[in-house]
Amino acid sequence: MSAAEPNTRLLVGPFNRVEGDLEVLLDVREGAVQSARVNATMYRGFETLLQGKAPMDALVYVPRICGICSVSQSVAATYALRDAAGPLAEPMPANGQHALNLMLACENLADHLTHFYLFFMPDFTREVYAPRAWHAAAQARFAPLQGLHARQATAARQRWFQLLGTLGGKWPHTQSIGPGGSARPIDLSERLRLLSWVHEMRQFLETTLFAAPLEAIASLDSEAALQQWWQADVPDAGDLRLFLTLAHDLQLERLGVGPGAAFSHGAYLQPDGAHLLPGGVWQPGSQAVSPLQPQAITEDATHAWLQGSQPLHPAQGHTQPDADKAGAYTWNKAPRLAGQVMETGAVARQLCSGQPLVREAVQRSGLNVYTRVLARLIELARVLPEMTRWLQALQPGQPWHAPCPLPDEGEGAGLSEAARGALGHWLRIEQGQLAHYQIVAPTSWNFSPRDAQGQPGALEQALVGAPVLPAEDTPVAVQHIVRSFDPCMVCTVH
Amino acid sequence: MSPRRPGEPLNVLWLQSGGCGGCSMSLLCADTPDLNATLQGLGLNLLWHPSLSLASGQAVLTLLDDLVDGRQRLDLLCIEGAVLRGPHGSGRFHMLAGTGLPMMSWIERLAKVAKLVAAVGSCAAWGGVSAGGDNPTEACGLQYEDHHPGGWLGEHARWPGVQADAERWPVINIAGCPTHPGWVLDTLGALAQGALHPHDLDALGRPRFYADQLVHHGCSRNEYYEFKASAEAPSDQGCMMEHLGCKGTQAHADCNTRPWNGQGSCTRGGYACISCTEPGFQNPGHAFDRTPKVAGIPIGLPTDMPKAWFVALASLSKSATPRRVKHNATADHIVVPPAIRKTGLK
Repeated sequence: MSAAEPNTRLLVGPFNRVEGDLEVLLDVREGAVQSARVNATMYRGFETLLQGKAPMDALVYVPRICGICSVSQSVAATYALRDAAGPLAEPMPANGQHALNLMLACENLADHLTHFYLFFMPDFTREVYAPRAWHAAAQARFAPLQGLHARQATAARQRWFQLLGTLGGKWPHTQSIGPGGSARPIDLSERLRLLSWVHEMRQFLETTLFAAPLEAIASLDSEAALQQWWQADVPDAGDLRLFLTLAHDLQLERLGVGPGAAFSHGAYLQPDGAHLLPGGVWQPGSQAVSPLQPQAITEDATHAWLQGSQPLHPAQGHTQPDADKAGAYTWNKAPRLAGQVMETGAVARQLCSGQPLVREAVQRSGLNVYTRVLARLIELARVLPEMTRWLQALQPGQPWHAPCPLPDEGEGAGLSEAARGALGHWLRIEQGQLAHYQIVAPTSWNFSPRDAQGQPGALEQALVGAPVLPAEDTPVAVQHIVRSFDPCMVCTVH
Repeated sequence: MSPRRPGEPLNVLWLQSGGCGGCSMSLLCADTPDLNATLQGLGLNLLWHPSLSLASGQAVLTLLDDLVDGRQRLDLLCIEGAVLRGPHGSGRFHMLAGTGLPMMSWIERLAKVAKLVAAVGSCAAWGGVSAGGDNPTEACGLQYEDHHPGGWLGEHARWPGVQADAERWPVINIAGCPTHPGWVLDTLGALAQGALHPHDLDALGRPRFYADQLVHHGCSRNEYYEFKASAEAPSDQGCMMEHLGCKGTQAHADCNTRPWNGQGSCTRGGYACISCTEPGFQNPGHAFDRTPKVAGIPIGLPTDMPKAWFVALASLSKSATPRRVKHNATADHIVVPPAIRKTGLK
């Protein structure tokens, strides 16, 4: 079968350098994708596993949904349990709140680093790009297991996760996170060690990724400023510059353009109740961010191998397999916000929190391969200095945990942000046991199937128009688009 | 297909099924400044790994076909995640992308041509968390279903190994949730170098170099344990066995002598050992964070300790608890420091 023939169908998979298993079915005509169907191929049923468990058991189970977003799952469950506790919950001590944010940021920034160096950039070392001027540099830096910068990033990441070894015992599957705060007090000398590990990562980022101080990257406030910065040095001075160089050459901003709307739950809840990165809803063409209405979130299972076809809010949703369902092609439901297809991720967080460069780039070119990756790198530069501030705010000797007794009857929602976007948990406690649990993960949104109205999900829309070269069976453009979302398939279905 | 020559790297294929991918993420946290150099130095050649390899789609399917058909040698098949047999034995809860075939069929076909098979993590070993609750996906391990021998590949299946000897191998269970990167690297490296033998596995197929230890060994809370000075709430410094569900005195692993992510472990992180290297740990029959007791005595007593002795020792040590240990046990920092003494003879 040659892809250059009209009206061919390509079944692409397995994908790797995504978390979990993924299959994409493409209809290809005249060298471009006409339509796409995304299949999350694995189902484990965490929402039913949790039924009848003690509410705090969720904190053992939910991190194990995902080996790469494990802290994110714990944090979402923690906020859902706190919400269910209502007035029973004593205020979380500032130390506990900072410790939770430090653990979440440690995971999220590590995921951005892993995505860039191990998952996304290796595709630019492929032979198809051999004629390009930047190819030799990409190969030297990003070739899987061999590239110098990929190896250095893996080493930097290993050191970085010592933060979680100290703050949370281990990673992944860290159980020091709970509705009362953190179970792991930090003493004076540990705080200093944590600070020095953050500084080590700063050194790596400023030397290898950015070739610039973090603050210089975080404060880039327009596309003109970025252009000027890019051209102020040789095209491969630092890996961000090399990315900008190849993104410009390959016009990555025209690849994987999604439907354009994006939202965030807000990230890194502070002791004063505000988020470091406020959430909201971004509509294409709009200059303003509107508030998120979580009650407008629904999921429908029309095209999933799951029972039901009515859009339901996750507080009412359910998850029961129906492997023979007609018209179904994935285990993933279709989440929608007021019926609208949404994209989520670092780019949504940077839009909603008002980072001016990302806003300008998205206003001009939309949500695409280029802006998704750019937003992640900008976020690395913005959040790491905040971690230093949170560490400096820790007060050894003051409490880390306060009682948060859970009621025998109650319900709660926990809205947080994983590296790859908005993550929500909805639970209900009856007779002291979990009676209901629903999870909507970032890639549930980004890689959703068609909904009851027939609207394709964000990736399904972003793939339309992707070029398919003659004789390509696993199109490289499709791989760039898929990986630009940093998908986590084990979270998607859970 | 030519046999493996002495000193030639071990051809390793790593596939993921019913799990979270966390054992791979844990492997990336291996304590080395250059993971690739470590893998090479141990004599490991990754044919394909889901997080680390370039090849996608058709290139992977070609590799799998080459291995199944014997055109390429497969020394070690590493499976991460449980085998999902449902619904109704069809395996459709995980179809390997791009193949239209259940992952369980791929595992079966590849296990037939592999010289050795390793279960990486507790899901692949026993079913693990993927087999939690009432196990809606019919998840099982490669050669166990919880603690029952059998699993997907069958109790009696054996593999020839990569050495020129007559030893026959069961599935090697590198159990843990996640598994420790050191357990994986030491196991794979020892296999590549011919330094591991079937008798180096315990009765559950786990490498004894870590499974003959207990999590309790080297626990930083050991003085609190000695006096049964117990933590009552998260962030307390005391021993978590009496109230908070800790199973470190029963769980086989070296987590407190081979720390995680630098200097960590579950107990150092302020939470109970949930015995994640043991079959069936996911359904303990009680809340994870509470110690089940009968007449005030924990049901799960330290391994190899007669109950009467434990009760006698515990009541004696509780009555002898120093004031310092008693007060610090329920605090989140040292409230009573140790007395300063001359430690010499004068």
